[in-house]
Amino acid sequence: MIELDNVHKAFGPKKVLQGVTLHVPQGTSLVIIGGSGTGKSVTLKCVLGLITPDAGTIRVGGQPVGGTDRDAFLARFGMLFQGGALFDSMPVWQNVAFRLLRGALKRPRDEAREIAIEKLRRVGLKPDVADLFPAELSGGMQKRVGLARAIAAEPEIIFFDEPTTGLDPIMAGVINDLIREIVVEMGATAMTITHDMSSVRAIADDVAMLHDGVIKWAGPVAQMDASGDPYLDQFIHGRADGPIEAVR
Amino acid sequence: MITGTLAGLGRATLALLAGLGAGAIFLARTLAAMLRPPFYAREFGHALLTIGYFSLPVVGLTAIFTGAALALQIYAGGSRFEAEAVVPSIVAIGMARELGPVLGGLMVAARVASSIAAEIGTMKVTEQIDALVTLSTDPMRYLTVPRVLAATLSVPVLVAVGDSIGIFGGYLVGTGRLGFNHAVYLQNTVDFLEFWDVASGLIKGAVFGFLIALTGCFYGMNSGRGAQGVGRATKSAVVAASVLILAANYLLTEAFFSA
Ligand SMILES: Nc1ncnc2c1ncn2[C@@H]1O[C@H](COP(=O)(O)OP(=O)(O)O)[C@@H](O)[C@H]1O
Ligand SMILES: [Mg+2]
Repeated sequence: MIELDNVHKAFGPKKVLQGVTLHVPQGTSLVIIGGSGTGKSVTLKCVLGLITPDAGTIRVGGQPVGGTDRDAFLARFGMLFQGGALFDSMPVWQNVAFRLLRGALKRPRDEAREIAIEKLRRVGLKPDVADLFPAELSGGMQKRVGLARAIAAEPEIIFFDEPTTGLDPIMAGVINDLIREIVVEMGATAMTITHDMSSVRAIADDVAMLHDGVIKWAGPVAQMDASGDPYLDQFIHGRADGPIEAVR
Repeated sequence: MITGTLAGLGRATLALLAGLGAGAIFLARTLAAMLRPPFYAREFGHALLTIGYFSLPVVGLTAIFTGAALALQIYAGGSRFEAEAVVPSIVAIGMARELGPVLGGLMVAARVASSIAAEIGTMKVTEQIDALVTLSTDPMRYLTVPRVLAATLSVPVLVAVGDSIGIFGGYLVGTGRLGFNHAVYLQNTVDFLEFWDVASGLIKGAVFGFLIALTGCFYGMNSGRGAQGVGRATKSAVVAASVLILAANYLLTEAFFSA
């Protein structure tokens, strides 16, 4: 479904991705782990076409990214950004229903609002949040609104960039279950970035570890603990010493 | 030492040329985005309100003080040739052709170019622009086009209001302080002001409005990362918009002058 082949990306002198190769079959959930600043977010943005790789190919459903019909391409995606990226000029419900209020999926306002409130409920938010502005919400609530916006138009491919960072453990559990549910129920293909190992175990079919610009290890989540890979082991157990330097 | 200076000069020139090139590309993309749907009417209405309507106070205040000062200066100059009677007509002509559009444009640049650059720059650094794209919405059509259109249409209106208020400022000083007769002052204003005086000023206003919104959007969309990036984008937008207004004003005046 999503195939990255030898993708490179540098920002000026800083080489971020140096040959990333990944394959996500349709309807599966891949979790990308790796230290901060290793290029996990950049990888997702390359797939979405928000960042153009310097080299390598990315295909989605067999089609190369950056083809002709960009709107149709993007309509298949939902994305939760690391910082939420809510539009602070509009209330929460209009954020969630953004796609449903304009463009190809446009529908009557009250219908869009109802869908938005239903999606908010799914991420554990009460209907009275709908008319607040993003700036009035806590960080965790913003994240959940971002999640509701990502799933509002029921996309086939969903990217979650650190969905549980900044949430309390209970809410993190709710979100993990929700992501799992979306993948199973909607049959969506998912790529999730997280640092949270309980999230990895709850969400992932497959795990990929990004380090030094390449995928150091990739495989089914069941094999993660017995991989024998020193990088992966250090990351899973959160050890300060090992092959990954703590100062980066 | 000298080579260092020259190298610095060369770098600055290259940076300026690169900036102009990027600006020209941005201009072309804006025009292209204007020609193809969708058009976001709600955003356009909102931009009209924030750019046009809410700029009325600052443009009005600028105009009334400018018109008043202009009347005094022209009186001072005119009295040297015993030509004090020209005050009403020169105030009107000066406001309509030059000071109304230029000072109004500069005030709107300070108010609007900065706020557009800061808003769009913040959207850029908080990934809201990326989010727009992933929600199948083109930031050029959604953010740039409504602002540029709204500014192009509303700044001429602001200029017209500013002209009237400026002429009224001259009238207040002329009749209250310089001893002009009310009726004569008004008669002189109306008799000598030509259609083209006003129209040329309004055309200037439209061009200035276009430049203000375009630079605001350009610097916002190209904002660097973090709060510092947004701050720099805001400052650059105001400086660039002001310089562009003054340069465009000269070119337009030259064109209207020989026409
Ligand atoms: N638009 C950009 N311009 C310049 N550098 C960037 C940009 N986006 C990301 N980077 C750099 O790329 C590196 C990887 O970033 P990112 O993918 O966000 O890391 P993470 O793995 O924590 O998500 C970081 O060092 C970051 O500073
Ligand atoms: Mg990241």
